[in-house]
Amino acid sequence: MIEIEKKIEAIEQELAELKTAEDSEYKKVRERQLINNKEELMQAMKKLSPTDKVAVARHKDRPNVSEYIEEMFEEFFELKGDHYFGEDESILGGLAFFHGIPVTVIGQKKGKTLEENLRCNFGMPNPEGYRKALRLMKQAEKFKRPIITLIDTPGAYPGIDAEARGQSEAIARNLAEMSALEVPIIAVIIGEGNSGGALALAVANSVLMLENSIYCILSPEGFASILWKDASRSKEACEIMKLTAQDLLGFGMIDAIIPEPLGGAHRDKKAAIKAAEAVIYQELEKYRALSAAELREQRYHKFRSMGQ
Amino acid sequence: MENAFKEKRDLIFAFKELRLQGMETEEEPIKEVPEGLFIKCKYCGESYTKDELQNNLYLCPHCSHHEPIGAYKRLEMVLDKDSFKEINKDMHSNDPLNFPGYQKKLQKQEEKCGIKEALVTGTGTIDGIKTAIGVMDSRFLMASMSAALGEKLTLLIELAEKEHLPLIIFTASGGARMQEGIFSLMQMVKTAQAIKRFSDSGGLYIAYLTHPTTGGVSASFATLGDITLAEPDALIGFAGQRVIEQTIGQKLPQGFQLAEYLQEHGFVDHIVSRKEMKKTLSLLLRLHQGGQEK
Repeated sequence: MIEIEKKIEAIEQELAELKTAEDSEYKKVRERQLINNKEELMQAMKKLSPTDKVAVARHKDRPNVSEYIEEMFEEFFELKGDHYFGEDESILGGLAFFHGIPVTVIGQKKGKTLEENLRCNFGMPNPEGYRKALRLMKQAEKFKRPIITLIDTPGAYPGIDAEARGQSEAIARNLAEMSALEVPIIAVIIGEGNSGGALALAVANSVLMLENSIYCILSPEGFASILWKDASRSKEACEIMKLTAQDLLGFGMIDAIIPEPLGGAHRDKKAAIKAAEAVIYQELEKYRALSAAELREQRYHKFRSMGQ
Repeated sequence: MENAFKEKRDLIFAFKELRLQGMETEEEPIKEVPEGLFIKCKYCGESYTKDELQNNLYLCPHCSHHEPIGAYKRLEMVLDKDSFKEINKDMHSNDPLNFPGYQKKLQKQEEKCGIKEALVTGTGTIDGIKTAIGVMDSRFLMASMSAALGEKLTLLIELAEKEHLPLIIFTASGGARMQEGIFSLMQMVKTAQAIKRFSDSGGLYIAYLTHPTTGGVSASFATLGDITLAEPDALIGFAGQRVIEQTIGQKLPQGFQLAEYLQEHGFVDHIVSRKEMKKTLSLLLRLHQGGQEK
């Protein structure tokens, strides 16, 4: 939980306790004081610091890909495995209807319980996860289905087996192949979008970010560790990395920001997902109107012009 | 005899580990060689002179360990004499995030290495065959990928496509340029998609991986070659060894992420020593000439 939330919770608790107390002048004054304090904190939530946003983006109750799929799509049919080596549960993908349109949806999943966390490898895909995603995307292209990706990962898995099976190649291949797909691709950063592990699902016609999600070259802890050889300076890294949706929109790295309920998507999941759905639908309609060649060119030139 | 060999091998790996410990930082990997003195090889411990090293293509005369070399030195070894025509020589980082202390750092690197960015690009000939060529230079901020580096490389790929030239890229990189954040990350897409276009147009791309090729560079253009070559015992991988060790909580196997390991796991076509470098590239270029017309 982020600092502000802790303070709000403490106030709410005290208010609840006061309610059962006997009426008195002190109670009245204190109640008013607490309500004012809470109002101030709620206002402050509108302007979360980058460090707070990192905490919100990683919040354990933040809606995850399964919840988005449940709320936003109909008749989801999961497709598993890369059909070469294995199945990777950190990437969930399949077919579904979105506003009545058949689409391919692919998302990264961290898991909510410890058991789920372990099965999903805490949302850190192995090469077979990326290869599964590519298999599904190529299929989407064959059947002319739009692709929607939901991104939430601490990064691609840094492990011995991942290296042995070509983590680099798997990511590189996705980047190259996605750039030439002839169907609309909408990517949404719903939580954490760290490093090449996020990018491998984000070569899209439209890249959207939830208001409090983050998108960066690697985790603030990793950044501090590489640049200053001190992972404990991650707070400092958060403030300097320009990883918020607002920063990235300003740089032209993303296309739009999806507003979140006050304080973060976890405070009202349904409202957050509804807001995302509205923006995704709007973007999808925009790109469905383009031809295959136009889609490819638009996507190519968007990334071609970054950092020119 | 076998034991002596094993001991030497263990020693080499121990030295390698020492070298790898500095990998994820931006520490200068190449030490200037002091004039006229004997130099001790960091790997086998034997001594040699600067001349001996230079006359041996910067390989240790005893164990053939490949010392890193600068971009121009590499071009000199690979291309026909005086055939190199450099392009976009003055391209340099414009500090897109306005990162504290970064401009100064860049200036220092430029003064030290005599190049403005960690990549030299242009065209030249190998045994008379014209090719587009890019060489990364790990002396410059570990050849991490800046926006300028990504742009410069993309311009080279586009030139190769436009002029129907083969493309050779010598990769070396510590990964992303931290000081350029998201701008650095996006160069992975920019370069990978340019390679894809070039490849779809029928162009030949030879990726030559040298020490080290890691992170965002290994996860973009470096692993997309039609043919992938690597220098002996170059470190090649996605994640840094320290990060992997911390994540899995165990020691890494000997030889992990070295060129030989990559070849064993099916990601490298050939490990090519610097002594065979020009000959091999020349052969590959010749083998790709005169394809069947439709």
